[in-house]
Amino acid sequence: MRKFRLRGWVRRAWRAGLLVLCSATVSFAAANTAPLSPTNIFAPDSTPAQSIFRISAFVLEITGAIFVVVFSLLAYAVIKFRERKDDDGFEPPQVYGSNQMELAWTVLPVLIVVVLFLSTAQVIHRVQDAREPADAVQVTAVGHQFWWAYEYPQYKFSTANELHVPVSTAQADQPTFLKLLSADVDHSFWVPRLAGKTDLIPNHPNTTWIDPHQPGIYLGQCAQFCGTAHANMLLRVYVQTPSDFQRWVHQQEQPAVNDPSVAIGRTLFIAKACFACHTVRGTIAAGKVGPDLTHLMSRDTIASGMLPNTPENLRKWIQNPPAVKEGALMPKVDMTDEQLTQITAYLETLK
Amino acid sequence: MSATSVNVAAEATESQPLSRGRVGMWCLIIAESAIFLIFVVAYIFYMGKSLDGPTPAQILTVPVITTICLLSSSFTMHWATGALREGKQLLFRVFWFITLALGATFLIGTLREWHRFIYKENFTISTNLFGTTFYSLVGLHASHVAIGLIALSTVMVLALFGKVKQEHHERCEVLAMYWHFVDAIWVVVFTIVYGLGR
Amino acid sequence: MATDSITLPSPRAESRSVVLDWLCTVDHKKIGIMYIVYALIFLVIMGCEAILMRIQLARPELHFMTAAAFNRLFTMHGTTGIFFVAMPILIGFGNYLVPLMIGARDMAFPRLNAFSFWMTAFGGIFLYASFFAGGSLLQGGGAPAVGWFAYAPLTSPAFSPGHGTDFWILSLLVAGVGSIGAAVNFVATILCMRCPGMTLGKMPLLAWMNLVTAGMILVAISPLTAAQLMLMADRFLGSHFFDPAAGGQPVLWMHFFWIFGHPEVYILVIPAFAFISEILPVFSRKAIFGYPAMVAATTGIGFVSLGVWAHHMFAVGMPSYGNAFFVLTTMVVAVPTGIKIFNWLATLWGGKIRFATPMLFCLAFLFQFLIGGLTGIMLATAPFDWQLTNSYFVVAHFHYIIVGGILFGIFGAFYYWFPKMTGRMLSEKLGKWHFWIMVIGFHLTFDFMHVPGLLGMPRRIYTYQAGRGWGVWNMITSIGVIFQVAAILIFVYNMVHSYFKGAVAGNDPWDAWTLEWATTSPPPDYNFSTVPTVRSRRPLWDIKHPEDPDWKYE
Repeated sequence: MRKFRLRGWVRRAWRAGLLVLCSATVSFAAANTAPLSPTNIFAPDSTPAQSIFRISAFVLEITGAIFVVVFSLLAYAVIKFRERKDDDGFEPPQVYGSNQMELAWTVLPVLIVVVLFLSTAQVIHRVQDAREPADAVQVTAVGHQFWWAYEYPQYKFSTANELHVPVSTAQADQPTFLKLLSADVDHSFWVPRLAGKTDLIPNHPNTTWIDPHQPGIYLGQCAQFCGTAHANMLLRVYVQTPSDFQRWVHQQEQPAVNDPSVAIGRTLFIAKACFACHTVRGTIAAGKVGPDLTHLMSRDTIASGMLPNTPENLRKWIQNPPAVKEGALMPKVDMTDEQLTQITAYLETLK
Repeated sequence: MSATSVNVAAEATESQPLSRGRVGMWCLIIAESAIFLIFVVAYIFYMGKSLDGPTPAQILTVPVITTICLLSSSFTMHWATGALREGKQLLFRVFWFITLALGATFLIGTLREWHRFIYKENFTISTNLFGTTFYSLVGLHASHVAIGLIALSTVMVLALFGKVKQEHHERCEVLAMYWHFVDAIWVVVFTIVYGLGR
Repeated sequence: MATDSITLPSPRAESRSVVLDWLCTVDHKKIGIMYIVYALIFLVIMGCEAILMRIQLARPELHFMTAAAFNRLFTMHGTTGIFFVAMPILIGFGNYLVPLMIGARDMAFPRLNAFSFWMTAFGGIFLYASFFAGGSLLQGGGAPAVGWFAYAPLTSPAFSPGHGTDFWILSLLVAGVGSIGAAVNFVATILCMRCPGMTLGKMPLLAWMNLVTAGMILVAISPLTAAQLMLMADRFLGSHFFDPAAGGQPVLWMHFFWIFGHPEVYILVIPAFAFISEILPVFSRKAIFGYPAMVAATTGIGFVSLGVWAHHMFAVGMPSYGNAFFVLTTMVVAVPTGIKIFNWLATLWGGKIRFATPMLFCLAFLFQFLIGGLTGIMLATAPFDWQLTNSYFVVAHFHYIIVGGILFGIFGAFYYWFPKMTGRMLSEKLGKWHFWIMVIGFHLTFDFMHVPGLLGMPRRIYTYQAGRGWGVWNMITSIGVIFQVAAILIFVYNMVHSYFKGAVAGNDPWDAWTLEWATTSPPPDYNFSTVPTVRSRRPLWDIKHPEDPDWKYE
């Protein structure tokens, strides 16, 4: 029987380790840093994510306490009431139940549930029913297979995949409210350090909001399975100081640069029907199926955050998109190497 | 001989208060109700949400006669099983046949309605959300009537060959439960499709 | 019978007749065993799918398989696991055990029973036929790639061309008919076929829990059937139930699916509760504590679980009061579940616990189910769920319930009832190896799987970028699979070996108390030579302890 006791200890040590691990994660979060991952949900940096974090920590404490109590009772019972070597061979006293005890372990969980429910309901209300202030930045995010379109109705331009929002500080509160739509199937908008997920569903407009407290880049990705390239439908949020944000807005509002040195590439963009899907403001290209390319070169990444936006990557991408990102809907268009170079050169002027 | 059979019957009822057939049919009815519930919810949810016409008010006419047929078939079914229980073979066959005829009338009514919609009004399951929910809900019910009619016809044929005897009344009553259920569902479908929805 | 004059059949004819005998059987024991064997085959298949996926995810940016293949694999893994492993294996055990435990000679409708099994069986075979429905096999052929909850409109012909989704729909429709047939049979059997003296209050808990499960199948599988009919109409007839272009609402599919999907979780876990409730008392040498409370809690879970479905949809954008409502109902489930855990604890308390292999699996179940339940409370907290849903945390959570809970319960059931089914004991030594290696593998895989979820890793991604901090955790998760595979191999070997060479079990190897141990192992076709009469919940206890029978106290 000693063997069993040892094994019980191994298992308990195992679980204790797990507990330490969980609390370590939580304490990392408490320091408000993200050493483990850029998408750590326990490193919130925006009011909704912080509200979620606080209720999560509370729930973790309560469930942790329940775990310790019930686990100890179970472990104690298993060890204490094991059949001994010197057993007398008689059956133990038969106990059929006790109404008092049933009542006790019904009422106690009910009380815990009430407490948990009330505190949860409060947070749901605070996050979900937050009123949109008149000066909030508005963005309409549209999910596509397999990229994101962001329209800024206040500024009359749209961009793709990289969302820019102003920072929101204690002195100057500046939230961003997002309207979430879908152009095809279900998607989900998830930037863990800024807010929880909200789905983008056809015929079911949703909203969410963020107010990031620190400038920087926040990562996320689509969190609702949306087809072949779901894994590469990545998301980047650029949080900027108010002046940087205004500068960015001003730059995005301009029509596309018209550089005469890439006239051939521009003609090819039309000739090869790229314009049917993409918009380049200031030209006849006004397609809505693919990302707006007016200021393509102002973005750090292409293919929805999958690749750094370098000339080589851009060229490789245009040459055969589904080969770079399996499932991408942008088709491979027949082009000579020279034409490819010319189109890439044109796109590189779209700063 | 009769004394022993009574004893056996009494024993059987004592140890088995519930009939398997009835319990089984109740279970089936519960499961079927859940299926209908989902279709009814879809119908109500999409009421008035079609993007284009036709609307229910434009083309639906209330099927009064066939509804009366179907609902009255529940009564004839009840009398038929009652007759069988008492061993009145002729009465059983007559009422069973009337039930069958009333059910068939109902189904023919539905078919005529659909024929008119599809060929005259050009209104099909893919026309709009109304078409989608109308054909699926009414069709689901009609398919249940059809299945019921097949079962009823089988019993009718067996009865004409003299194979349905008094001791089979339990089985016929179980089948009757299904038939009553199909009727009851029609009351719901009728109220929603031809009442509320119009 | 003039046996002397019958000529002996040739061995080949005999083996043919054995096959025919099984194919045509309406005996609940044979059908039960067929369900179990069938489910075990699919368990191996879904396990292979899991192995492939874990290889792909072990490191960031691996190219072990294509995205298309991965998406097909997780769809098949999930669908198989729920519909063709967990459901059939639990229905199989129920089929075998319920009539024996209530002292009946068969199920209420033996032919319906066979029909239900074959429907389920064809459903699974049909699902796997999709692999051969066009496309390269390396990319998963034509298998569906929509996820096991198949959210619209990804299932529409525009986004899922080919016939993979059609196979998926039809297979679940067919299997659903099988499940409903089985449920009808269970209810009728339990309500109408109990032996004399066995009132509802004297029924073994296993029968009670199967009754509740069957009731839930009736009301929960039917909505799935209805939703599948709608989806089929959308794909084949051009209707618009879930078609946004015509004003259809994809959210409606989510509701319909989860109205089925959440009760389904309890349909799977309640039979596992049933195993625990039978095995725990025998190896604690005590009567189950709080029998009426256990029955009430099971029924309570059954009812409440019908009103919690939208907790799968907290991120869908329901109004705040809707979210709050489903938080409340979901948390309420914790109360009856807690009652069960405490009753099991109290059953252990003051007993003389024997650590036989069935008991080890049951004890592990208690610890693991506790953890899975507590992560469930985290997920029930809607705001926490906005972060956790559709992440690897949720994947870890439900595998904790399904593997750590249900599968451990099933293993316990195997070790406990294998002697009854075959007449031979499973090897205790191999059983303990199986148990400990399984425990290690399970915890390596599923404990560490929680972490990438907390670090922002969504589920259903075939690869992930380096620099997200997910690599280490995924590697540990994948390593755990090796142990689980080893454990399963030991288990399979143990079953095959013990079937031929195991120690002879006798009628009652565990010194147990319910009716199935009153007949021979394996039981004869008619189960009992004379139908037993019972006076308490533990008829064999009464026989073994005439000086202190249960019926004096109940």
